[in-house]
Amino acid sequence: MSEEYCPISVLVRNEPGVLARVAGLFARRGFNINSLAVGETEDPQVSRITVVVKGDPHTVDQAVKQLRRLVSVIKVRDQSTMPRVERGLALIKVRATPAQRGEIMQLAGVFRANVDHVDGHCMVIEVSGNRNKIEAMIDMLKPYGIMELARTGQIVLARVRSIHQGMEGAGSAYVPDPDEDPQATYNVYQQS
Amino acid sequence: MSSAAKAKNKPQAGTYNGADAVVDALRAQGVELIFGMVGGQIMPVYDALHRHHCFGHVLVGHEQGAAHMAEGYARATGKPGVIMTTSGPGATNLVTGLADAFMDSTPVVAITGQVASTLLGNDAFQEADMRGITMPITKHNYQVQNADDLPEIFAEAFYVALSGRPGPVLIDLPRDVAVSPCQPRQATPMPPTGYKPPFKPHPLQVERALSLMAQAQRPVIIAGGGVIHAGAHESLRKLAELTGFPVSTTLMGLGGLPADHPLSLGMPGMHGTGYANLAIYNADLLLVVGCRLDDRVTGNVAKFSPGSKVIHVDVDASEIGKNLECQVPIVGDAGQALAQLLAGAQAWPERPDTTAWRKQIDQWKKKYPMVYPKSDDVIAPQWAIQEVGKLLAPEDIVVTGVGQHQMFVAQYYPFRRPRTMISSGGLGTMGFGLPAAIGAQMGAPERQVVCFDGDGSFLMNIQELATAVRYRVPLVAVVLNNAWLGMVAQWQRMFYDRRMSQSETAAPPYDKVAQAFGALGKRVERPEEFVPAMQWALREAKAQKLPVVLDVMIEREAKVLPMVPPGGANAEFIPCQSGDCQ
Ligand SMILES: Cc1ncc(C[n+]2csc(CCOP(=O)(O)OP(=O)(O)O)c2C)c(N)n1
Repeated sequence: MSEEYCPISVLVRNEPGVLARVAGLFARRGFNINSLAVGETEDPQVSRITVVVKGDPHTVDQAVKQLRRLVSVIKVRDQSTMPRVERGLALIKVRATPAQRGEIMQLAGVFRANVDHVDGHCMVIEVSGNRNKIEAMIDMLKPYGIMELARTGQIVLARVRSIHQGMEGAGSAYVPDPDEDPQATYNVYQQS
Repeated sequence: MSSAAKAKNKPQAGTYNGADAVVDALRAQGVELIFGMVGGQIMPVYDALHRHHCFGHVLVGHEQGAAHMAEGYARATGKPGVIMTTSGPGATNLVTGLADAFMDSTPVVAITGQVASTLLGNDAFQEADMRGITMPITKHNYQVQNADDLPEIFAEAFYVALSGRPGPVLIDLPRDVAVSPCQPRQATPMPPTGYKPPFKPHPLQVERALSLMAQAQRPVIIAGGGVIHAGAHESLRKLAELTGFPVSTTLMGLGGLPADHPLSLGMPGMHGTGYANLAIYNADLLLVVGCRLDDRVTGNVAKFSPGSKVIHVDVDASEIGKNLECQVPIVGDAGQALAQLLAGAQAWPERPDTTAWRKQIDQWKKKYPMVYPKSDDVIAPQWAIQEVGKLLAPEDIVVTGVGQHQMFVAQYYPFRRPRTMISSGGLGTMGFGLPAAIGAQMGAPERQVVCFDGDGSFLMNIQELATAVRYRVPLVAVVLNNAWLGMVAQWQRMFYDRRMSQSETAAPPYDKVAQAFGALGKRVERPEEFVPAMQWALREAKAQKLPVVLDVMIEREAKVLPMVPPGGANAEFIPCQSGDCQ
């Protein structure tokens, strides 16, 4: 089975230790976390954790179900199957001689990246986007010599409906809600 | 100490504080018994227990004992077992018991003292990060930050421990919270956000299951601990009888269908019966209920039941499809699911004809019977277990340690009722037997509890004999003494060319040990002595209200058979042999 990057949204009760709980679950079960991002939602009692895992559908399905088991977890949604907005941010410090600056700035322009710092031998570029875009930017900058790199985890929102609020919104008929109907989560591995 | 500090540290009489709130919360949950050990950081709560004198409390010898007692209590009664310990070592001593309860889905609530919030993270005396330590081995855990939260936290903790797939929950209670004043009040019932254990099976899935069942020619039901938890044994029996589907009960499911029921196949898996494993291997339909299909059950998964369609019922959705691919998942309570399947099957215009299949199974039963070498000179452990089975009533409870004796009990004791078999299945914890038996006997005083243990396992929590004597717990412990760590020795004989590395024991004479603890004890060496000794033990335990230990010398090289070699396919088991004593 093919391994895919799957973003999983996890809404959790905003309580101490909850990130350790979620991250620990992944570590324990040997799921490979590719990126992890946490932040409060519109409701301060609730945080959203976005975990990107790489795995075959069976593995991802297991991860989702294991997460759903945690008492601190309010909702889990595998976002990989739905239209979504996905963003991460990278700060890339790249070697740049004064002669190379123009070229690099042009590249940054193509990626709609910002240049946050320039000096005699380097530049810091800030790029945001989905993981492909960020990887592409990094690839383009590699030949110049990347000195340092910092990346955030990806954050993701589905384009339709809120997974938090349940059934409201125009898209509510879009998919059966697996949290309302646990049986609906079984289609992933049944296809094999 | 300044007088202000003193005042802060000392619970003031007459002021309602966190510790009182703990006691009230426990009372609100109907708790009748707590297993625990006092210590510095939990003393305010113990003080409140004393002031309210409203609970039974069992002072244990070791906190691991408290945890297993709570498990035994919970498994025998279906009610949550409650543990209370101090911080640091008292709390860390619970780790094995909590992990055990987690693996066997046993509802347990542990309350651990903690250093004052102001000291948290400072490596204060007897500090241990219990939330961190127990995160992977509890269903959920809490650290209380405010005494006002106590009623809700306790209500939620008990709800979580008991609902859905049951499990252990830990509440860590910093000392300053326990002594801080608060208002007495009832918890406002608040289902925890997001925690919605599924209960009702999906009707469509039930329908799909029924249509597979109606077509089955070679069906097998595998029933696990979920059937016991859900109290679904009656529906299971009725469904089996109506459909004619044979039933194999896992270690945790033993007692879910009476062992002597004509449709009973016994246990599946590594030490399962040959006929259960052959039936599962040749089945065209598996109905798996409340069973997580762990590797001791499935052996090599690819060769477990290659030709069957699988219907899997479990309250925990993550168990379905985890180890075995499944065609019809049913997420929900085993009791509801079995009742709905039963109702559906009753409405079938005609029932599947399984006569040929059952005939085939009968042939396997004849070909691979459960037998063992008998002798007039040495006690065969299997025989001793069968004899005890004749002396006990169907509702009496049998508890085991971990090792060969545990598997012999699973194979040869005639379990007839649910909640009569208490054993450490998932974690396989030596030392589980004696304390679990104490907890079970305290939870079910009207039933006789017998603990079968190995000479290795029994030693691991032997200090709890003192507890059993102190509280006059009339259990009977039958130590099947082979002077080996028997299960290890068996593997060494079978798979390590008889290199007996560190598997010989040097156990003390357990009859004398028992007597020194104030219990009754007898050593049994010859087969003809065993039944009279057991009768004596059962009689004296009741009459004197004391635990009795029988130190029973058994055949030293008895093997647990059948056996599936590790990693092997279940259908390729090593069968029982009747003349293989040496
Ligand atoms: C706490 C713990 N330590 C080690 C083991 C590994 N182990 C499994 S069975 C066994 C031997 C048990 O010997 P005994 O209690 O004498 O029972 P027997 O097998 O002889 O019936 C051992 C050491 C275990 N299961 N639990």
